[in-house]
Amino acid sequence: MSGFARGGFSLWLGATLAAALLMIAALSFVWTPYPPAAIDIPHKLAQPSLAHWFGTDSLGRDVASQLIAGARVSILVGVVAVGIGLVFGVALGLVAAFRKGVVEDSIMKACDFVFAFPALLSAIMLTSTFGPGVVNAIVAIGAANVPIIAKLTRATANSVLAREYALAARAAGRGPLAIAADHVLPNILPALIVQATIQFAIAILAEAALSYLGLGAQPPQPSWGRMLSDAQNVLYNAPRLAIYPGAAIALSVLGLNLLGDGLRDALDPRLRARS
Amino acid sequence: MTLLEVTDLSVDLPLPRGAVRVVDGATFRLDAGESLGVVGESGSGKTMTALALMGLAPEGARIGGSIRFEGRELVSSSEEAMRALRGDRMAMIFQEPMTALNPLHRVGVQVAEPLVLHRGLSRSAAFGEAVRLLERVRLADPERAAHAYPFALSGGERQRAMIAMAIGCGPRLVIADEPTTALDVTVQARILALIDGLRVETGMAVILVSHDLAVVAGNCDRVLVLYGGLVMESGPVEVVLRAPKNPYTRALLEARPEPGAPRGARLKTIPGAPPRHRDVGAGCPFAARCELTVDVCRTARPPSVAFGAGHVSRCWRAAEVGEAP
Repeated sequence: MSGFARGGFSLWLGATLAAALLMIAALSFVWTPYPPAAIDIPHKLAQPSLAHWFGTDSLGRDVASQLIAGARVSILVGVVAVGIGLVFGVALGLVAAFRKGVVEDSIMKACDFVFAFPALLSAIMLTSTFGPGVVNAIVAIGAANVPIIAKLTRATANSVLAREYALAARAAGRGPLAIAADHVLPNILPALIVQATIQFAIAILAEAALSYLGLGAQPPQPSWGRMLSDAQNVLYNAPRLAIYPGAAIALSVLGLNLLGDGLRDALDPRLRARS
Repeated sequence: MTLLEVTDLSVDLPLPRGAVRVVDGATFRLDAGESLGVVGESGSGKTMTALALMGLAPEGARIGGSIRFEGRELVSSSEEAMRALRGDRMAMIFQEPMTALNPLHRVGVQVAEPLVLHRGLSRSAAFGEAVRLLERVRLADPERAAHAYPFALSGGERQRAMIAMAIGCGPRLVIADEPTTALDVTVQARILALIDGLRVETGMAVILVSHDLAVVAGNCDRVLVLYGGLVMESGPVEVVLRAPKNPYTRALLEARPEPGAPRGARLKTIPGAPPRHRDVGAGCPFAARCELTVDVCRTARPPSVAFGAGHVSRCWRAAEVGEAP
């Protein structure tokens, strides 16, 4: 049975939604129906039409163009924040697993310390201290990812290091770096991929929340979270303006979560044996 | 020529409730080309002794005493120095061939690894060498086995691959930790014959760790009997197994099933269970189960008593232990 068949419907649907998100973000670099930030007051709050698929907002900006361009920020934040989490998290987790003892204890205690703060609250704190903006939002979200990935890496790496082939590799004279690259990383990769997918979804949600609060993407940069907060002012006149970005966020997060679940089903040998 | 000289080796493992001495005062030596059997039950310290020799004792373990290998002291050696020895001058074969190979890499690549590491061969040259090594351990189709992933090989084939990996760089010492425990009996004999054949062929020394007296009897020159972390008896195999001078060895031999024993005859057993390390105290670890126990056995470590020809027994009453039945 192929991996895709094992992941079943959720893997298929999740992969489709995630791919659509990626393609829309890629599309935004070459084409949007209108410049997403172009203000056109005479045509403000227009109903959906052939000229404006999803209508226009309170400043006459084309909603479809903003949605397409907003995907870019979501993807950017997701990729970079998860990347930060992976690079530092995997490194810290591996050091903890290989060095054991005091080093392991202090790394894990530091992770617990970061865990103790709600991620979104520390992101709000960071962005309000260092100023709002996408870069600071990315750093804040990425920093919250590091301990999650570090804990996962340490736990899975420890289970690999307890295998006999890790001992056999040491008995063959291999050093910790070679064992990490050749034996540990390939064996913990499935778990990391699944976790990274789910963290990606959380990062998109966090970016939307920060932008909604005015701490993430700044005008004129289009962002789904900012579209939501703009729509809030005209909620009674044009509630659809809140629905579009809300649906875009929900579909992206749903798609990535389904993809993560599906990948877990497809990659985890224990689940494989059960079904 | 002395290859390995171990003097008063001790291993202390850190546990939450204080350190536990799992190997206590092991002293033995090994000549080039010689084979030494290490027997003992679970927890007797035989695997920990083997790991200590390789410098692979668990994190935080304290190693005491001295291990001299090819004239070099290993206990105080740096991790880098040990890494250079491992897989090159000394190698190890593990108990569980199913888990001792990484499922994600081809067998040939794993067998080739020590050659890349210690001989500086290119990956492709080492792979070719790995195929020749697999042929030397008499794998049926070495080319196919080298390209296969571990799951495609049987347990016996995987153990042969492990042996090929161990002998790749021509080590002077191979430590085989229960190499046949996980295998069928028929495969066992062939694997042991293979290891012994390679020993004779290459002049390497072999330490065979086992809980099976018969395996040691058939494959080793000398034997070390471990119990509760203590070397109870050591000496030439035929002497130790025919005329043991330690009550523990004697009890083990008496517990063997006898061919031709009358129907319904019960096997002799050793009463009680092996002690937990922290319960041994200052006395002999076997005192609670021994037929010959006197007061001094419970209060003081038994002395080593020599019987000539390298035959040594650690027992207060070694002289009174009779011949094996």
